[in-house]
Amino acid sequence: MSTTLELLDVGFVRQALLAGAVLALLAGLLGPLVVGRGMAFAVHGTAELSFAGGAGALLLFGAGAVGWGALVGAVLVALVFGALGLAAHERDSVIGVLLSFGLGLGVLFQSLYTGRSANKFGLLVGQIVGVDTGDLVSLAVTGVVVVGVLGVAYRPLLFASLDPTMAAARGVPVRALSIAFAVLLGATTALGVQIVGALLVLSLLITPAAAAARVTASPLVATVLAVVFAEVAVLGGIVLSLAPGLPISPFVAGIAFVTYLICRVVGSLRTRRRASRTRVPASSTATSTSSQSTLASQSPRPRS
Amino acid sequence: MSAAQTRQGTVSLSGAELRRGPRTLWSGLDLDIHPGEFVAVLGPNGSGKTTLLQVLLGLLPLSAGEVRVHGEEPARGSSAVGYIPQQRALDPLTPLRGRDLVGLGLDGHRWGPGLRGRAARRRQVHAALAQVDALDYADAPVGSLSGGEQQRLRVAQALVGDPSLLLADEPLLSLDLARQREVVDLVDRRRRTHDTAVVFVTHELNPVLPVVDRILYLVDGRFRIGTPDEVMTSENLTELYRTDVEVVRVRGRILVVGAEDAPVHHHEEPAAGRQEVGAR
Repeated sequence: MSTTLELLDVGFVRQALLAGAVLALLAGLLGPLVVGRGMAFAVHGTAELSFAGGAGALLLFGAGAVGWGALVGAVLVALVFGALGLAAHERDSVIGVLLSFGLGLGVLFQSLYTGRSANKFGLLVGQIVGVDTGDLVSLAVTGVVVVGVLGVAYRPLLFASLDPTMAAARGVPVRALSIAFAVLLGATTALGVQIVGALLVLSLLITPAAAAARVTASPLVATVLAVVFAEVAVLGGIVLSLAPGLPISPFVAGIAFVTYLICRVVGSLRTRRRASRTRVPASSTATSTSSQSTLASQSPRPRS
Repeated sequence: MSAAQTRQGTVSLSGAELRRGPRTLWSGLDLDIHPGEFVAVLGPNGSGKTTLLQVLLGLLPLSAGEVRVHGEEPARGSSAVGYIPQQRALDPLTPLRGRDLVGLGLDGHRWGPGLRGRAARRRQVHAALAQVDALDYADAPVGSLSGGEQQRLRVAQALVGDPSLLLADEPLLSLDLARQREVVDLVDRRRRTHDTAVVFVTHELNPVLPVVDRILYLVDGRFRIGTPDEVMTSENLTELYRTDVEVVRVRGRILVVGAEDAPVHHHEEPAAGRQEVGAR
């Protein structure tokens, strides 16, 4: 405990906490949209290509370029995923193809790299203690951009994500928003890769939002909860990892997972209560099914 | 039958033509729809019913001719036009409550944070929910609601912007008879109380027969416009389908026999058209 307190005074730990807080904010804001759009797998794919980009940059230009490499890799692939739109079947297979390719590429770059090994594994499992001032600047810039775009486009984005048919009918540029969202997601993922690592980006972008979706159907409340859950996971994960000197990702993922479990239990209890409350008029459902069959037999619709 | 009207209509199509690739869906379409008028659009799959709605929504340009909605070119996202999509079950985990779904119909297409006018927005959403008697389940997750309840919310979502033109794309599909009647009643009540013109695309005429003013019957590029009595005759439908079709009236219902044998070109057109509207 005392070690943890001492470590909290150290400069790089403070920087790590700050970076984590910004990352968690972005992940919490984007998470409900990611979940609503069914893009969990796309996040995973983006993370692996971000890893490849970071590893490539490390090999070619050294540790200072990792952030940029990760960003370029993530945004490029996110653009591809965004252009695929919401057609789930096609998207899933394309993601699978690119994901495995990216992972292979990343591993190749890493094995060719002869520098410090901590630099290598950081991209996979996270190395938040390696956050420097340059990283903080890029984090802040990304944060401002993501929050700014969300401020302008949040309503159309929510509409296009959850109710695409209606959104398109109302003139919302569904496809353009899909690409814009993918870029935001790519940028956030790239930051996540540098902090919690490619393997665990999902625990920040998906788990808090998935947990929130279990306990509320209000988009606003879901977003607030997702931000809170993500902050607790990241900040809690960093603090807990200090004393044992372990990577932060298992702690972040662990906290996020426990949050999810709790929310699932709470959510299912609530659904059961609601179901038992509304299960009274059983007779009306019976009549409606019988009228359905009458309808089918009397229908004037030309059936073939 | 479709003589140009002198009075200015809510919708006015003149010489309207729509081509999709090499195929002409319809051409030479003249139609004026007046405030408060209920027009049903009938026809087999692929005859361009949904496409007509897309034109009126401003999502598709005509290939030829002219279309006016409230005297102007149809504009995307106009709050003067409400749209009810096909009843399709929403994902059970859709993170929206009934009132959120309706609210998206009001300002989901607007840019900016939308922090001003929250109270007025809440009142409008509440009024729309009240109009379709959906207040009881306005706070439940939409995915947990029945098909009929979801479709009521869709009607509220279309009405929340206080439209003077209401477009409905097969809103009765997969609803049982009682739920169908409820949706038709809601739409009919709306156009009577607010003089809202209605264009109602449907496979089934009978659920809307009591409230329909005119029918636009589209088959493979040919069409008829008129009152149900004028359009729904064996002679007309035989001509439209180019095969022997018999129209029978039984106990206030109209049954069409023989249309299913017609050599109508399908081309999977409706599915492709729908993909355009919804990206999912």
